[in-house]
Amino acid sequence: MTQTKIDGRAKTREIKRKANLNLLERLYLPEIFKGLSITFRQIFKPKFTFEYPDVKWQPPASFRGRPVLVVDDETGVERCVACGLCARVCPALAIEVVADETELDKERYPKKFEINMLRCIYCGLCEEVCPEEAIVMSKEYELVFTSREEAIFGKDKLLTPASKLKDRLEFLRKMR
Amino acid sequence: MESILIAILKAIIFILLFLTFSAVLTYVERRISAFIQDRLGPNRVGPFGLFQPIADVVKIIFKEEIIPANADRTLHTLAPIISLFVAYSVFAVLPIGEKLVIDGKEIKLVLADVNVGFLYILALSSLGVYGVTLSGWSSNNKYSLLGALRASAQMISYELSLGLSLVGVVLVSGSIQIDEIIRSQANVWNIFYQPVGFIIFLVSVFAETNRLPFDLPEAEPELVAGYHTEYSGMKFGAFYLAEYTNIITASLLVTAFFLGGWYFPFVDIYSGLNPNLSAILQVIVFFGKASLIIFLFMLVRWTLPRFRYDQLMRLGWQVLLPLALLNVLVTGLVKILL
Repeated sequence: MTQTKIDGRAKTREIKRKANLNLLERLYLPEIFKGLSITFRQIFKPKFTFEYPDVKWQPPASFRGRPVLVVDDETGVERCVACGLCARVCPALAIEVVADETELDKERYPKKFEINMLRCIYCGLCEEVCPEEAIVMSKEYELVFTSREEAIFGKDKLLTPASKLKDRLEFLRKMR
Repeated sequence: MESILIAILKAIIFILLFLTFSAVLTYVERRISAFIQDRLGPNRVGPFGLFQPIADVVKIIFKEEIIPANADRTLHTLAPIISLFVAYSVFAVLPIGEKLVIDGKEIKLVLADVNVGFLYILALSSLGVYGVTLSGWSSNNKYSLLGALRASAQMISYELSLGLSLVGVVLVSGSIQIDEIIRSQANVWNIFYQPVGFIIFLVSVFAETNRLPFDLPEAEPELVAGYHTEYSGMKFGAFYLAEYTNIITASLLVTAFFLGGWYFPFVDIYSGLNPNLSAILQVIVFFGKASLIIFLFMLVRWTLPRFRYDQLMRLGWQVLLPLALLNVLVTGLVKILL
Protein backbone atom coordinates (compact mmCIF):
# COMPACT_ATOMS: atom_id res chain seq x y z
CA MET A 1 0.00 0.00 0.00
CA THR A 2 1.31 3.40 -0.82
CA GLN A 3 0.67 6.15 1.64
CA THR A 4 0.51 9.73 0.50
CA LYS A 5 0.60 12.73 2.72
CA ILE A 6 0.59 16.39 1.83
CA ASP A 7 2.91 18.55 3.81
CA GLY A 8 2.20 21.71 1.89
CA ARG A 9 5.05 21.43 -0.58
CA ALA A 10 5.27 18.03 -2.11
CA LYS A 11 3.67 14.66 -1.86
CA THR A 12 5.97 12.11 -0.32
CA ARG A 13 5.45 8.50 -1.07
CA GLU A 14 6.52 5.92 1.43
CA ILE A 15 8.75 3.27 -0.11
CA LYS A 16 7.88 -0.27 0.87
CA ARG A 17 10.86 -2.55 1.16
CA LYS A 18 10.68 -6.29 1.36
CA ALA A 19 11.91 -6.72 4.90
CA ASN A 20 11.97 -10.45 5.45
CA LEU A 21 14.48 -11.90 3.05
CA ASN A 22 14.75 -15.64 3.18
CA LEU A 23 18.03 -17.38 3.90
CA LEU A 24 19.06 -17.78 0.27
CA GLU A 25 18.47 -14.11 -0.43
CA ARG A 26 20.41 -13.10 2.67
CA LEU A 27 23.35 -15.25 1.62
CA TYR A 28 23.62 -12.83 -1.32
CA LEU A 29 25.49 -15.27 -3.55
CA PRO A 30 22.53 -16.84 -5.43
CA GLU A 31 21.29 -13.36 -6.23
CA ILE A 32 24.73 -12.43 -7.53
CA PHE A 33 24.68 -15.45 -9.82
CA LYS A 34 21.28 -14.40 -11.13
CA GLY A 35 22.73 -10.98 -11.89
CA LEU A 36 25.80 -12.47 -13.53
CA SER A 37 23.66 -14.62 -15.82
CA ILE A 38 21.71 -11.54 -16.91
CA THR A 39 24.97 -9.73 -17.64
CA PHE A 40 26.25 -12.75 -19.55
CA ARG A 41 23.14 -12.98 -21.72
CA GLN A 42 23.50 -9.28 -22.51
CA ILE A 43 26.75 -9.98 -24.38
CA PHE A 44 24.90 -11.71 -27.21
CA LYS A 45 22.18 -9.10 -27.67
CA PRO A 46 22.20 -7.06 -30.90
CA LYS A 47 24.31 -3.92 -30.78
CA PHE A 48 22.99 -0.41 -31.33
CA THR A 49 26.19 1.14 -32.62
CA PHE A 50 26.26 2.91 -36.01
CA GLU A 51 29.80 2.66 -37.37
CA TYR A 52 29.40 6.27 -38.37
CA PRO A 53 31.66 7.19 -41.25
CA ASP A 54 30.92 3.82 -42.88
CA VAL A 55 27.24 3.59 -42.01
CA LYS A 56 25.33 6.83 -42.00
CA TRP A 57 22.12 7.53 -40.22
CA GLN A 58 19.20 8.13 -42.58
CA PRO A 59 17.04 10.79 -40.97
CA PRO A 60 13.24 10.62 -41.18
CA ALA A 61 11.25 13.29 -43.06
CA SER A 62 10.61 15.17 -39.83
CA PHE A 63 14.35 15.76 -39.34
CA ARG A 64 15.53 19.38 -39.43
CA GLY A 65 18.93 19.51 -41.12
CA ARG A 66 20.45 22.54 -42.77
CA PRO A 67 17.92 24.87 -44.46
CA VAL A 68 18.06 24.95 -48.27
CA LEU A 69 16.32 26.85 -51.08
CA VAL A 70 13.98 24.81 -53.27
CA VAL A 71 14.53 24.93 -57.04
CA ASP A 72 11.53 23.88 -59.17
CA ASP A 73 12.30 20.90 -61.36
CA GLU A 74 10.42 22.10 -64.47
CA THR A 75 11.59 25.71 -64.62
CA GLY A 76 14.95 25.37 -62.95
CA VAL A 77 14.33 28.59 -61.03
CA GLU A 78 14.24 28.96 -57.26
CA ARG A 79 10.80 29.39 -55.73
CA CYS A 80 11.92 32.22 -53.46
CA VAL A 81 10.32 35.62 -54.13
CA ALA A 82 12.59 37.47 -51.70
CA CYS A 83 9.76 38.63 -49.43
CA GLY A 84 12.21 38.61 -46.54
CA LEU A 85 9.85 36.92 -44.06
CA CYS A 86 12.40 34.25 -43.23
CA ALA A 87 15.04 36.86 -42.47
CA ARG A 88 12.46 38.71 -40.36
CA VAL A 89 11.39 35.65 -38.33
CA CYS A 90 14.84 34.14 -37.85
CA PRO A 91 15.50 34.26 -34.08
CA ALA A 92 19.23 33.96 -34.58
CA LEU A 93 19.42 36.61 -37.32
CA ALA A 94 21.19 34.13 -39.55
CA ILE A 95 19.49 34.95 -42.85
CA GLU A 96 20.22 37.87 -45.15
CA VAL A 97 18.11 38.46 -48.27
CA VAL A 98 18.64 41.11 -50.92
CA ALA A 99 15.74 41.29 -53.41
CA ASP A 100 15.79 42.29 -57.07
CA GLU A 101 13.26 42.42 -59.92
CA THR A 102 13.00 39.81 -62.63
CA GLU A 103 11.20 39.31 -65.99
CA LEU A 104 9.72 36.02 -64.75
CA ASP A 105 6.11 35.62 -63.54
CA LYS A 106 7.12 35.88 -59.88
CA GLU A 107 8.53 39.39 -60.56
CA ARG A 108 10.94 39.30 -57.61
CA TYR A 109 13.90 37.06 -56.88
CA PRO A 110 16.68 37.04 -54.28
CA LYS A 111 19.80 38.59 -55.74
CA LYS A 112 21.63 37.54 -52.62
CA PHE A 113 20.50 34.88 -50.15
CA GLU A 114 22.89 34.05 -47.36
CA ILE A 115 22.53 31.88 -44.27
CA ASN A 116 25.22 32.07 -41.65
CA MET A 117 25.49 28.46 -40.52
CA LEU A 118 27.33 29.48 -37.37
CA ARG A 119 24.23 31.38 -36.31
CA CYS A 120 21.54 29.02 -37.55
CA ILE A 121 19.87 27.08 -34.74
CA TYR A 122 17.87 24.72 -36.99
CA CYS A 123 14.56 25.83 -35.49
CA GLY A 124 12.77 25.66 -38.83
CA LEU A 125 10.86 28.92 -38.35
CA CYS A 126 11.98 30.16 -41.77
CA GLU A 127 10.44 27.08 -43.34
CA GLU A 128 7.25 27.52 -41.36
CA VAL A 129 6.80 31.17 -42.26
CA CYS A 130 7.63 30.87 -45.98
CA PRO A 131 4.53 31.51 -48.13
CA GLU A 132 6.08 29.93 -51.24
CA GLU A 133 7.45 26.74 -49.62
CA ALA A 134 10.75 27.98 -50.97
CA ILE A 135 12.99 27.37 -47.99
CA VAL A 136 12.87 23.93 -46.32
CA MET A 137 14.96 21.96 -43.88
CA SER A 138 17.00 19.29 -45.64
CA LYS A 139 18.28 16.00 -44.19
CA GLU A 140 21.87 17.13 -44.29
CA TYR A 141 23.57 17.06 -40.89
CA GLU A 142 27.26 16.94 -41.78
CA LEU A 143 28.43 20.53 -41.79
CA VAL A 144 32.14 21.24 -41.80
CA PHE A 145 33.93 24.51 -42.27
CA THR A 146 37.37 25.75 -41.37
CA SER A 147 36.74 29.51 -41.22
CA ARG A 148 33.97 31.93 -40.34
CA GLU A 149 33.74 33.10 -43.96
CA GLU A 150 33.21 29.56 -45.14
CA ALA A 151 30.30 29.17 -42.73
CA ILE A 152 28.22 31.73 -44.62
CA PHE A 153 26.34 29.72 -47.22
CA GLY A 154 25.36 31.65 -50.33
CA LYS A 155 22.93 30.72 -53.11
CA ASP A 156 25.50 28.39 -54.67
CA LYS A 157 25.27 26.06 -51.69
CA LEU A 158 21.63 26.62 -50.80
CA LEU A 159 19.89 25.93 -54.12
CA THR A 160 18.62 22.35 -54.19
CA PRO A 161 16.30 20.73 -56.76
CA ALA A 162 12.82 19.91 -55.42
CA SER A 163 13.20 16.26 -56.44
CA LYS A 164 15.86 15.85 -53.78
CA LEU A 165 13.59 17.30 -51.11
CA LYS A 166 10.48 15.26 -51.93
CA ASP A 167 10.35 13.64 -48.48
CA ARG A 168 10.33 16.93 -46.64
CA LEU A 169 7.88 18.66 -49.00
CA GLU A 170 5.41 15.79 -48.64
CA PHE A 171 5.86 15.83 -44.88
CA LEU A 172 5.16 19.57 -44.76
CA ARG A 173 2.02 19.22 -46.86
CA LYS A 174 0.78 16.43 -44.58
CA MET A 175 1.42 18.31 -41.37
CA ARG A 176 -0.05 21.66 -42.41
CA MET B 1 76.98 -19.95 -15.84
CA GLU B 2 74.56 -21.86 -17.94
CA SER B 3 71.96 -21.89 -15.17
CA ILE B 4 72.16 -18.10 -14.88
CA LEU B 5 71.67 -17.78 -18.62
CA ILE B 6 68.63 -20.03 -18.45
CA ALA B 7 67.25 -18.03 -15.50
CA ILE B 8 67.65 -14.74 -17.40
CA LEU B 9 66.05 -16.23 -20.50
CA LYS B 10 63.16 -17.56 -18.43
CA ALA B 11 62.68 -14.17 -16.77
CA ILE B 12 62.53 -12.41 -20.12
CA ILE B 13 60.05 -14.94 -21.50
CA PHE B 14 57.88 -14.70 -18.37
CA ILE B 15 57.80 -10.92 -18.42
CA LEU B 16 57.02 -10.85 -22.14
CA LEU B 17 54.28 -13.43 -21.61
CA PHE B 18 52.66 -11.38 -18.86
CA LEU B 19 53.10 -8.10 -20.76
CA THR B 20 51.43 -9.55 -23.84
CA PHE B 21 48.69 -11.10 -21.79
CA SER B 22 47.89 -7.85 -19.99
CA ALA B 23 47.97 -5.93 -23.27
CA VAL B 24 45.51 -8.39 -24.79
CA LEU B 25 43.49 -8.17 -21.60
CA THR B 26 42.99 -4.40 -21.93
CA TYR B 27 41.58 -5.00 -25.40
CA VAL B 28 39.40 -7.92 -24.34
CA GLU B 29 38.09 -6.07 -21.33
CA ARG B 30 37.09 -3.04 -23.39
CA ARG B 31 35.50 -5.26 -26.01
CA ILE B 32 33.51 -7.34 -23.53
CA SER B 33 32.47 -4.28 -21.54
CA ALA B 34 31.17 -2.81 -24.78
CA PHE B 35 29.29 -5.99 -25.69
CA ILE B 36 27.63 -6.07 -22.28
CA GLN B 37 26.48 -2.49 -22.87
CA ASP B 38 25.17 -3.28 -26.39
CA ARG B 39 28.10 -1.40 -27.95
CA LEU B 40 30.85 -2.60 -30.27
CA GLY B 41 33.99 -1.34 -28.51
CA PRO B 42 37.34 -0.65 -30.18
CA ASN B 43 37.25 -2.23 -33.64
CA ARG B 44 39.01 0.26 -35.92
CA VAL B 45 42.72 -0.47 -35.43
CA GLY B 46 43.64 -3.59 -37.39
CA PRO B 47 41.34 -6.61 -37.83
CA PHE B 48 38.60 -6.49 -35.15
CA GLY B 49 40.61 -3.72 -33.47
CA LEU B 50 43.21 -6.24 -32.37
CA PHE B 51 46.05 -3.71 -32.63
CA GLN B 52 44.32 -1.34 -30.23
CA PRO B 53 46.71 -2.20 -27.33
CA ILE B 54 49.69 -1.30 -29.53
CA ALA B 55 48.09 2.02 -30.42
CA ASP B 56 47.37 2.62 -26.75
CA VAL B 57 50.95 1.93 -25.73
CA VAL B 58 52.36 4.21 -28.43
CA LYS B 59 49.95 6.94 -27.40
CA ILE B 60 50.67 6.65 -23.69
CA ILE B 61 54.44 6.76 -24.22
CA PHE B 62 54.23 10.00 -26.19
CA LYS B 63 51.89 11.70 -23.73
CA GLU B 64 53.10 14.66 -21.76
CA GLU B 65 54.01 13.89 -18.18
CA ILE B 66 52.64 16.29 -15.60
CA ILE B 67 53.82 16.45 -12.01
CA PRO B 68 51.70 18.76 -9.83
CA ALA B 69 53.49 21.85 -8.54
CA ASN B 70 53.43 20.93 -4.85
CA ALA B 71 53.86 17.21 -5.28
CA ASP B 72 56.63 15.27 -3.61
CA ARG B 73 58.58 14.57 -6.78
CA THR B 74 60.60 11.62 -5.48
CA LEU B 75 57.67 9.72 -4.05
CA HIS B 76 55.49 10.70 -6.99
CA THR B 77 57.96 8.98 -9.32
CA LEU B 78 58.63 6.09 -6.95
CA ALA B 79 55.00 5.09 -6.42
CA PRO B 80 54.21 3.64 -9.88
CA ILE B 81 57.60 1.89 -9.86
CA ILE B 82 56.72 0.17 -6.58
CA SER B 83 53.31 -0.84 -7.90
CA LEU B 84 54.75 -2.31 -11.06
CA PHE B 85 57.68 -3.92 -9.26
CA VAL B 86 55.41 -5.69 -6.80
CA ALA B 87 52.99 -6.78 -9.50
CA TYR B 88 55.84 -8.31 -11.48
CA SER B 89 57.57 -9.87 -8.48
CA VAL B 90 54.54 -11.87 -7.39
CA PHE B 91 54.48 -14.18 -10.37
CA ALA B 92 58.14 -15.07 -9.92
CA VAL B 93 57.23 -18.00 -7.69
CA LEU B 94 54.21 -19.03 -9.70
CA PRO B 95 54.73 -22.28 -11.60
CA ILE B 96 52.84 -22.21 -14.90
CA GLY B 97 53.67 -25.79 -15.84
CA GLU B 98 55.81 -28.67 -14.65
CA LYS B 99 59.05 -28.89 -16.63
CA LEU B 100 60.62 -28.82 -20.05
CA VAL B 101 63.31 -31.33 -20.96
CA ILE B 102 65.91 -29.96 -23.36
CA ASP B 103 69.10 -31.95 -24.06
CA GLY B 104 68.36 -34.17 -21.09
CA LYS B 105 68.23 -31.14 -18.81
CA GLU B 106 65.16 -30.36 -16.80
CA ILE B 107 63.96 -26.78 -16.86
CA LYS B 108 61.23 -26.03 -14.35
CA LEU B 109 58.55 -23.68 -15.60
CA VAL B 110 58.89 -21.34 -12.65
CA LEU B 111 61.18 -18.36 -12.20
CA ALA B 112 62.16 -18.95 -8.58
CA ASP B 113 61.44 -22.39 -7.14
CA VAL B 114 60.98 -21.20 -3.56
CA ASN B 115 59.70 -23.67 -1.00
CA VAL B 116 57.72 -20.96 0.80
CA GLY B 117 56.13 -19.59 -2.38
CA PHE B 118 52.80 -19.29 -0.66
CA LEU B 119 54.17 -16.98 2.06
CA TYR B 120 56.18 -15.01 -0.49
CA ILE B 121 53.04 -14.26 -2.50
CA LEU B 122 51.09 -13.14 0.56
CA ALA B 123 53.97 -10.95 1.73
CA LEU B 124 54.56 -9.27 -1.62
CA SER B 125 50.91 -8.72 -2.53
CA SER B 126 50.47 -6.72 0.67
CA LEU B 127 53.50 -4.61 -0.32
CA GLY B 128 51.53 -3.47 -3.36
CA VAL B 129 49.53 -1.11 -1.19
CA TYR B 130 52.67 1.02 -0.70
CA GLY B 131 52.58 2.09 -4.32
CA VAL B 132 48.97 3.17 -3.99
CA THR B 133 49.42 4.89 -0.64
CA LEU B 134 52.56 6.75 -1.68
CA SER B 135 50.96 7.91 -4.92
CA GLY B 136 48.02 9.32 -2.97
CA TRP B 137 50.24 10.98 -0.41
CA SER B 138 52.74 12.49 -2.84
CA SER B 139 50.19 13.88 -5.30
CA ASN B 140 49.12 16.68 -2.91
CA ASN B 141 45.52 16.18 -3.99
CA LYS B 142 42.63 15.49 -1.66
CA TYR B 143 41.05 12.93 -4.00
CA SER B 144 44.30 11.04 -4.39
CA LEU B 145 44.79 11.03 -0.64
CA LEU B 146 41.25 9.79 0.00
CA GLY B 147 41.72 7.05 -2.56
CA ALA B 148 45.01 6.04 -0.99
CA LEU B 149 43.51 5.97 2.49
CA ARG B 150 40.69 3.78 1.30
CA ALA B 151 43.10 1.51 -0.52
CA SER B 152 45.25 0.95 2.53
CA ALA B 153 42.30 0.34 4.85
CA GLN B 154 40.72 -2.02 2.34
CA MET B 155 43.89 -3.98 1.64
CA ILE B 156 44.66 -4.45 5.34
CA SER B 157 41.11 -5.65 6.01
CA TYR B 158 41.03 -8.14 3.19
CA GLU B 159 44.61 -9.34 3.52
CA LEU B 160 43.60 -11.20 6.68
CA SER B 161 40.76 -13.19 5.17
CA LEU B 162 42.86 -13.75 2.04
CA GLY B 163 45.61 -15.37 4.07
CA LEU B 164 43.25 -17.29 6.34
CA SER B 165 41.25 -18.72 3.46
CA LEU B 166 44.47 -20.13 2.08
CA VAL B 167 45.32 -21.81 5.39
CA GLY B 168 42.50 -24.25 4.65
CA VAL B 169 44.10 -25.04 1.30
CA VAL B 170 47.47 -25.59 2.94
CA LEU B 171 45.89 -27.92 5.49
CA VAL B 172 44.20 -29.96 2.76
CA SER B 173 47.21 -30.10 0.45
CA GLY B 174 49.82 -30.46 3.20
CA SER B 175 52.36 -28.13 1.62
CA ILE B 176 53.09 -24.43 1.19
CA GLN B 177 54.98 -24.99 -2.03
CA ILE B 178 52.73 -23.90 -4.87
CA ASP B 179 53.58 -26.67 -7.31
CA GLU B 180 53.03 -29.22 -4.52
CA ILE B 181 49.61 -27.66 -3.84
CA ILE B 182 48.77 -27.98 -7.53
CA ARG B 183 50.02 -31.56 -7.71
CA SER B 184 47.90 -32.53 -4.71
CA GLN B 185 44.84 -31.58 -6.76
CA ALA B 186 45.49 -34.07 -9.55
CA ASN B 187 42.40 -36.07 -8.66
CA VAL B 188 40.10 -33.78 -6.70
CA TRP B 189 40.31 -30.02 -6.87
CA ASN B 190 40.54 -28.03 -3.68
CA ILE B 191 37.32 -26.19 -4.45
CA PHE B 192 35.43 -29.37 -3.52
CA TYR B 193 37.23 -29.62 -0.16
CA GLN B 194 37.20 -25.89 0.47
CA PRO B 195 34.08 -24.29 -1.08
CA VAL B 196 33.83 -21.65 1.64
CA GLY B 197 37.54 -20.93 1.42
CA PHE B 198 37.16 -20.53 -2.35
CA ILE B 199 34.42 -17.94 -2.01
CA ILE B 200 36.32 -16.02 0.68
CA PHE B 201 39.49 -16.09 -1.40
CA LEU B 202 37.66 -14.95 -4.53
CA VAL B 203 35.98 -12.03 -2.75
CA SER B 204 39.25 -11.02 -1.09
CA VAL B 205 41.04 -11.18 -4.41
CA PHE B 206 38.49 -8.79 -5.89
CA ALA B 207 39.24 -6.42 -3.02
CA GLU B 208 43.00 -6.88 -3.32
CA THR B 209 43.04 -6.08 -7.02
CA ASN B 210 40.77 -3.04 -6.52
CA ARG B 211 38.20 -4.37 -8.94
CA LEU B 212 34.50 -3.61 -8.80
CA PRO B 213 32.55 -4.01 -6.52
CA PHE B 214 35.52 -3.05 -4.32
CA ASP B 215 37.13 -0.34 -6.45
CA LEU B 216 36.77 2.32 -3.78
CA PRO B 217 40.36 3.56 -4.21
CA GLU B 218 39.42 4.61 -7.74
CA ALA B 219 35.69 5.25 -7.37
CA GLU B 220 35.46 7.60 -10.34
CA PRO B 221 32.08 9.19 -9.44
CA GLU B 222 33.41 10.37 -6.09
CA LEU B 223 37.19 10.60 -6.35
CA VAL B 224 37.86 11.59 -9.98
CA ALA B 225 40.28 8.70 -10.47
CA GLY B 226 41.36 8.08 -6.88
CA TYR B 227 45.02 7.53 -6.18
CA HIS B 228 46.16 7.99 -9.80
CA THR B 229 44.28 11.26 -10.40
CA GLU B 230 47.51 13.24 -10.73
CA TYR B 231 49.31 10.76 -12.94
CA SER B 232 49.75 11.00 -16.69
CA GLY B 233 51.82 9.48 -19.44
CA MET B 234 53.76 6.32 -18.80
CA LYS B 235 53.48 6.67 -15.00
CA PHE B 236 49.76 6.27 -15.32
CA GLY B 237 50.50 3.47 -17.74
CA ALA B 238 52.60 1.79 -15.05
CA PHE B 239 49.66 1.82 -12.63
CA TYR B 240 47.38 0.52 -15.34
CA LEU B 241 49.81 -2.24 -16.23
CA ALA B 242 50.26 -3.15 -12.56
CA GLU B 243 46.50 -3.39 -12.15
CA TYR B 244 46.13 -5.77 -15.07
CA THR B 245 49.16 -7.81 -14.08
CA ASN B 246 47.62 -8.14 -10.62
CA ILE B 247 44.39 -9.39 -12.15
CA ILE B 248 46.25 -12.01 -14.15
CA THR B 249 48.33 -13.13 -11.15
CA ALA B 250 45.24 -13.19 -8.98
CA SER B 251 43.29 -15.37 -11.36
CA LEU B 252 46.30 -17.66 -11.81
CA LEU B 253 46.46 -17.95 -8.02
CA VAL B 254 42.75 -18.77 -7.77
CA THR B 255 43.33 -21.47 -10.38
CA ALA B 256 46.44 -22.79 -8.67
CA PHE B 257 44.98 -22.93 -5.16
CA PHE B 258 41.43 -24.04 -5.85
CA LEU B 259 40.83 -25.06 -9.45
CA GLY B 260 43.51 -27.68 -9.89
CA GLY B 261 46.15 -25.53 -11.59
CA TRP B 262 47.19 -27.16 -14.85
CA TYR B 263 45.11 -30.31 -14.47
CA PHE B 264 42.42 -30.77 -17.06
CA PRO B 265 39.02 -31.38 -15.46
CA PHE B 266 38.07 -35.07 -14.95
CA VAL B 267 40.57 -36.62 -17.38
CA ASP B 268 44.27 -37.15 -17.05
CA ILE B 269 45.65 -35.91 -20.36
CA TYR B 270 49.30 -35.71 -19.35
CA SER B 271 50.19 -39.34 -18.57
CA GLY B 272 52.32 -40.98 -21.22
CA LEU B 273 52.88 -37.76 -23.12
CA ASN B 274 56.24 -36.36 -24.13
CA PRO B 275 57.20 -34.07 -21.17
CA ASN B 276 57.71 -31.05 -23.45
CA LEU B 277 54.35 -31.47 -25.10
CA SER B 278 52.63 -31.97 -21.78
CA ALA B 279 54.36 -28.87 -20.38
CA ILE B 280 52.99 -26.77 -23.23
CA LEU B 281 49.53 -28.26 -22.73
CA GLN B 282 49.79 -27.50 -19.03
CA VAL B 283 50.56 -23.85 -19.69
CA ILE B 284 47.61 -23.64 -22.07
CA VAL B 285 45.20 -25.31 -19.63
CA PHE B 286 46.46 -23.19 -16.73
CA PHE B 287 46.05 -19.92 -18.61
CA GLY B 288 42.74 -21.09 -20.06
CA LYS B 289 41.30 -21.61 -16.61
CA ALA B 290 42.73 -18.29 -15.45
CA SER B 291 41.10 -16.59 -18.46
CA LEU B 292 37.72 -17.90 -17.34
CA ILE B 293 38.33 -16.37 -13.91
CA ILE B 294 39.28 -13.08 -15.61
CA PHE B 295 36.05 -13.27 -17.58
CA LEU B 296 34.26 -13.65 -14.24
CA PHE B 297 36.08 -10.51 -13.07
CA MET B 298 34.63 -8.64 -16.04
CA LEU B 299 31.12 -10.00 -15.60
CA VAL B 300 31.15 -9.00 -11.94
CA ARG B 301 32.39 -5.55 -12.92
CA TRP B 302 29.27 -4.92 -14.97
CA THR B 303 26.86 -6.64 -12.59
CA LEU B 304 27.51 -5.38 -9.07
CA PRO B 305 27.46 -1.76 -7.94
CA ARG B 306 30.28 -0.37 -5.82
CA PHE B 307 30.14 -1.03 -2.09
CA ARG B 308 29.91 1.85 0.34
CA TYR B 309 32.99 2.25 2.57
CA ASP B 310 31.23 1.04 5.74
CA GLN B 311 29.65 -1.89 3.89
CA LEU B 312 33.06 -2.86 2.62
CA MET B 313 34.52 -2.79 6.11
CA ARG B 314 31.57 -4.70 7.56
CA LEU B 315 31.84 -7.40 4.92
CA GLY B 316 35.56 -7.72 5.50
CA TRP B 317 35.66 -7.76 9.29
CA GLN B 318 32.28 -9.11 10.33
CA VAL B 319 31.55 -11.65 7.62
CA LEU B 320 34.65 -12.81 5.79
CA LEU B 321 37.10 -12.85 8.70
CA PRO B 322 34.93 -14.93 11.11
CA LEU B 323 33.95 -17.18 8.23
CA ALA B 324 37.60 -17.70 7.32
CA LEU B 325 38.50 -18.47 10.93
CA LEU B 326 35.61 -20.93 11.18
CA ASN B 327 36.74 -22.51 7.94
CA VAL B 328 40.25 -23.03 9.31
CA LEU B 329 38.82 -24.51 12.51
CA VAL B 330 36.50 -26.93 10.72
CA THR B 331 39.18 -27.96 8.24
CA GLY B 332 41.62 -28.57 11.08
CA LEU B 333 39.11 -30.62 13.05
CA VAL B 334 38.19 -32.73 10.05
CA LYS B 335 41.85 -33.24 9.27
CA ILE B 336 42.53 -34.47 12.81
CA LEU B 337 39.44 -36.64 13.15
CA LEU B 338 39.66 -38.38 9.77
